[in-house]
Amino acid sequence: MKKTLLSAFAGLAMVLGISLIGAPAQAEGDTALPYQDWSWSGPFGTFERAALRRGLQVYSEVCSGCHSVKLVAYRNLMDIGFAEDEVKTFAAEFEVEDGPDADGEMFTRPAVPADRFVQPFANENAARASNNGALPPDLSLMTKARKNGADYVYALLTGYEEEAPEGIDLLEGMSYNHYFPGNQIAMAPPIDDDAVEYADGTEASKEQIARDVVTFLAWAAEPELEERKRLGIKVLIFLLVLTGLLYALKRKIWADLH
Amino acid sequence: MASKFMENPVIKWVEYRLPIFSFIDHSVGSGYPTPRNLNYWWNFGSLAGVALVIMIASGIVLAMSYTAHVDYAFESVERIMRDVNYGWLIRYIHMNGGSMFFIVVYIHLFRGMYYGSYKAPREIVWIMGVLILLAMMATAFMGYVLPWGQMSFWGATVITNLFSAIPLVGDAIVTWLWGGFSVDNPTLNRFYAFHYLLPFVIFALVFIHLWALHVHRSNNPLGVEAKAPEDSIPFHPYYTMKDLFGMGVFMIIFMGFVFYAPNFFGEPDNYIKANPLVTPPHIVPEWYFLPFYAILRAFTADFFMYWPISWLMSAKLAGVIAMFASILLLLVLPWLDRSKVRSAKFRPIYKQFFWIFFLDCLVLGYIGAKPAEGSFIIIGQLATFYYFFHLIILIPLIGILERPRPIPESISAAVTK
Ligand code: HEC
Ligand code: HEM
Repeated sequence: MKKTLLSAFAGLAMVLGISLIGAPAQAEGDTALPYQDWSWSGPFGTFERAALRRGLQVYSEVCSGCHSVKLVAYRNLMDIGFAEDEVKTFAAEFEVEDGPDADGEMFTRPAVPADRFVQPFANENAARASNNGALPPDLSLMTKARKNGADYVYALLTGYEEEAPEGIDLLEGMSYNHYFPGNQIAMAPPIDDDAVEYADGTEASKEQIARDVVTFLAWAAEPELEERKRLGIKVLIFLLVLTGLLYALKRKIWADLH
Repeated sequence: MASKFMENPVIKWVEYRLPIFSFIDHSVGSGYPTPRNLNYWWNFGSLAGVALVIMIASGIVLAMSYTAHVDYAFESVERIMRDVNYGWLIRYIHMNGGSMFFIVVYIHLFRGMYYGSYKAPREIVWIMGVLILLAMMATAFMGYVLPWGQMSFWGATVITNLFSAIPLVGDAIVTWLWGGFSVDNPTLNRFYAFHYLLPFVIFALVFIHLWALHVHRSNNPLGVEAKAPEDSIPFHPYYTMKDLFGMGVFMIIFMGFVFYAPNFFGEPDNYIKANPLVTPPHIVPEWYFLPFYAILRAFTADFFMYWPISWLMSAKLAGVIAMFASILLLLVLPWLDRSKVRSAKFRPIYKQFFWIFFLDCLVLGYIGAKPAEGSFIIIGQLATFYYFFHLIILIPLIGILERPRPIPESISAAVTK
């Protein structure tokens, strides 16, 4: 009986293993991804609050000129330690179109916490027109929409080369990046040392900036992550105890047969 | 059944008018004798039932917040993930539940093959099982289209396009399936309608599956029928308890994925909204379709299984037929297998080929996930050949030629010595 259970698990593991190595080969850059330690990996992981704040600053000051995070609402910032007043002030810096009013006119008003993050461009064509024809994708789900998303975005942001290697002709307006599929990317290196001046005084090295903005984007993609992991522990402990009891009961009931 | 319970006046009143309590008792209660020697592989039938119920329950809750429109589907799923209370939990349960359901049913199916559960008099039990599998596949395929991500869209495009291989009417059929000239809003709407309907069809099929099962009752690891009373034990409390324990183990694994690796079985590309203008570099179906996808793609112009029929049809059509045949063949397995002995325990040759076949299916799954290039093509073609060779040639041949080991007289004689 034990043996069959064991082999059941071995079978399951095999199926899982297959699907793991069976993961589709993706078009990749020329360098293998370096993996980072992220504060939110592991069963008890949480997003580092200070990094989230800095990440929001990087997104707002650097990326938001080109990229939207349209699935995130300003009110969501209250889930990661922003005070309501802070969020109101932050949102009010942006203008949104609303209406029609009683006269049938559209008007603009300052954003409120219930609004989603205001997008930099009115539509896709406007975004392309300002970016040499390339489209800066929405970043709300970026870390889930790429394999090993967080590591990938970090590597992408820090993986630029000023000169393309010998023998590679960059197209007009493209930059060389070790991790972007095909290595030619239409996004100029967005960050450098001291690209931002952190409100909390942290030294703004390129790596630090990349780490912080990736933390922010990982939260934007999985805002439920902390609650999920917290609840998961409780559910699994409950199930382990329950299953243990069920096993004991099963043995007791079956005892007269053996 | 516990007679105290049956003497309760309310119970008696109901039972006299609707004999539901004796029905339950004869189905899963103490009034249902079950072989005493079932091993843990027999847990997977009840687990499949649990998975089906979980899928229907979580699916209905999702439907309350989902919008089946190409402009809103992706966003409505993200609303469920972000704004609906515990929406992320419901969605991750439904997403991973699909994979769990297939793992459980595949194990259930291989169990049936190993122990010869498909043989007389359980052919109809087996056939209903295969029909359940087909209905599950249709359901899962259409469900995967609903979030309207890149893989949803391109998977649907690739698979529906297969029907264009049918001569003469192929293109018309595809247009009819789509409700237009590409996978678009009408396609999404009808897929949603079917995705909601089919699980209830599956439910009905499971009912028939179990109805037939209850006539001749479960097979068992020895493959000999339970005859004397000592061969059986009442389903309740023995197997109700054992199934409950199995459910606990199942839920631990299932919830482990839901809470700690919810996107393990998923494709990153499906978190990008569907875009008909951008084709993803590698279009792959969900993992549970991979072996069949490998069979489909094995049929190229230079595949040796295609040569003999190349004058008759295109390689694409041959691939489509082979893919469907790979499942439909299972319907006639009870007649392909000529051996009277059920359990592989007493079939030394069959047992070895069973495991080779199992490995072959894993290889097909692996190849299905790989791009069709280089040695993957050859391996996929050999594995495809072996799949059919096993079912059509080896199974009948082994059934005739093999000399089975002596079968025990009865279950109780074998297990209580
Ligand atoms: C000047 C405009 C601009 C700025 C500022 C900018 N990006 Fe981009 N970004 C782009 C464009 C254009 C693309 C599309 C590149 C392509 O497809 O070749 C892009 C693509 C990306 C991608 C997707 C890469 C992929 O795999 O498809 C990520 C991730 C990204 N940017 C992150 C950021 C982050 C984080 C910041 C802020 C630190 C940022 N970007 C700032 C213009 C910008
Ligand atoms: C929704 C999916 C399914 C459900 C809910 C389901 C449920 C069950 C249950 C509860 C049993 C009795 C317990 C057991 O023997 O494990 C059973 C038996 C059986 N099932 Fe299924 N099943 C499903 C799919 C399938 C499939 C896909 C096949 C094969 C193609 C299959 C073949 C069989 C056979 C042959 C038996 C009799 C087995 C025996 O007693 O040895 N089932 N099923």
